[in-house]
Amino acid sequence: MAESRWVRIGLRIATGGVLVFLYLPLVILVIYAFNPSRLQAWPPTGFTFDWFAEAAANPAIRRALGNSLLAGIGATSVALVLGTAAALAVQRFAFFGRHTVSFLFVLPIALPGVVTGIALRTTFQTAGISFGLGTIIVGHATFCVVIAYNNVIARLRRLPRTPEEASADLGADTWTTFRRVTLPGMGTALLSGGLLAFALSFDEIIVTNFTAGPGTQTIPMWIFAAIQRPTELPVVNVVAFVLILVSTVPVYLAQRISNGAGGSRI
Amino acid sequence: MTVETRREIGEEGPGPSASAAVRLEGVTKRFGDVAAVAGIDLEIHDGEFFSMLGPSGSGKTTTLRMIAGFEEPTSGRIWLLGRDITGVPPFDRDVNTVFQDYALFPHMSVADNVGYGLLVRKVAAVERRQRVSEALQMVRLDDYGSRRPAQLSGGQRQRVALARALINRPRVLLLDEPLGALDLKLREEMQIELKAIQQQVGITFIYVTHDQEEALTMSDRLAVFNAGRIEQIGSPADVYEHPVTTFVAGFVGTSNLLTGDAATTVIGREGVFTVRPEKIRLADPTSTPADDEASALGRIREVVYVGPDTRYIVALETGGELVVTQQNLETSSMEALATQGRSVRLTWKRRHVLSLATSEL
Repeated sequence: MAESRWVRIGLRIATGGVLVFLYLPLVILVIYAFNPSRLQAWPPTGFTFDWFAEAAANPAIRRALGNSLLAGIGATSVALVLGTAAALAVQRFAFFGRHTVSFLFVLPIALPGVVTGIALRTTFQTAGISFGLGTIIVGHATFCVVIAYNNVIARLRRLPRTPEEASADLGADTWTTFRRVTLPGMGTALLSGGLLAFALSFDEIIVTNFTAGPGTQTIPMWIFAAIQRPTELPVVNVVAFVLILVSTVPVYLAQRISNGAGGSRI
Repeated sequence: MTVETRREIGEEGPGPSASAAVRLEGVTKRFGDVAAVAGIDLEIHDGEFFSMLGPSGSGKTTTLRMIAGFEEPTSGRIWLLGRDITGVPPFDRDVNTVFQDYALFPHMSVADNVGYGLLVRKVAAVERRQRVSEALQMVRLDDYGSRRPAQLSGGQRQRVALARALINRPRVLLLDEPLGALDLKLREEMQIELKAIQQQVGITFIYVTHDQEEALTMSDRLAVFNAGRIEQIGSPADVYEHPVTTFVAGFVGTSNLLTGDAATTVIGREGVFTVRPEKIRLADPTSTPADDEASALGRIREVVYVGPDTRYIVALETGGELVVTQQNLETSSMEALATQGRSVRLTWKRRHVLSLATSEL
């Protein structure tokens, strides 16, 4: 490369600066999670696992974690079924307004969460549906569907059609062909789409706030409430640390799956 | 599986040519404004190796896909062993297909690929294993059952596709340019193998190809497709020796057409005529042809030496060109090449002149 020495050094500093900017807050948070002092002040006074024990013993946290997991699993399941069906319809059949429909499927992800949230809230109230885990799942599904749809349609575009024809040719009816040939072909796309959708649902707070109602709390909602109470701050740090793990692992796996599996197909 | 299959076939009708395996009646297929297949009638006999030969876009693959059931004809009817199958979905037709790209299931082992047709037809596991191993044996892939398709070479994938398509013991096997992706040497080996397997299992093969040599060497009969129509149906010898249209003459062999002035002067009447290049003799310009011979004077414009024989491209005095092929019985390449630019008399037996109808396009 033709860059001069100073340009190179400058670029390195910039890269390092961006990394510090992105990760320093996370590092500080993790450090405080192990700090024995209840007050958040630098430097840390020692090293302890006490806050982890306290967090694990807290029933509100346990309930919130359970709700977050259920909401994530529920929203992801709904999204995978609907997203796959929609992707198959758009990709496999030519119908009037197909491109418009495809655009409308993707649009909700661009809408601000507040808009989605207030719209859903109004709708639920109008329909007389009581708020709770079910409404949270529906709320999360609105953006999870987009993730599933995008993943599946990208895979379908790459999959050759002849194996499906071969399956029909050998005597398999449409459903058997779907189950034995099309679905396995989409397998890794579904898995990576599902993991991404789960990660998105797990840390969602805006739509959740609008659709949760008074009795139900998810982990992000619990954190938001807990930071108002200074005595709970160390436990918040612990929960946030766990959240970092829970949300980065699926994203990392999703990326590995969608990069790795695609290449080895014939 | 072979013995049993042959017995099943033997029980039908008196002989292979007595009943039609597949019959097409006025079949047309339009894609939008384009007629890919423009009204064809065709009868393929039970047990024969039938080729559909033509350039790309001539409608041969579309015709095959209509027999398989992947496309429905816009109009016309298709019969399979006396049953009208127009509108019947592919999974209810007693035909199987070998695809050009093999279309193997990438997530299944070779054995699962081959056994798929039995699995979806709910054949018991014990019989399934037995028949899969027989089918793999037939295509000489006994030890490859546990591999994935991605671990096989092109020729091996081809044989897996063949075993998979034959496992259901179809009455008719459709092959869509199955050797198109293989190199020349492997293609020639597979041609022999395919033909042997067809004779072994005794079922009807319908074979799509754009390779005239392949069609001539393998088929019992063939149909030459052009622009969505069939120009000629016949045995390889028929089609080669007696092409009925200019298209067939050109596509199956070297066209060697005599038209206009060349036709009136040399043949003695108007029309379009052809003489196969190997039927023409090079002679001294001063020599006189025999009574049953026709002849024309010309000059050797180009000499192409191709090993076993030499092709001479001769410009006729009356206009037009004829290609002459001569075996290199005693000629060396040097001698052959030295004839370039010489005047020659071309002679051939009058019975080798064929009158042609002009094709579309």
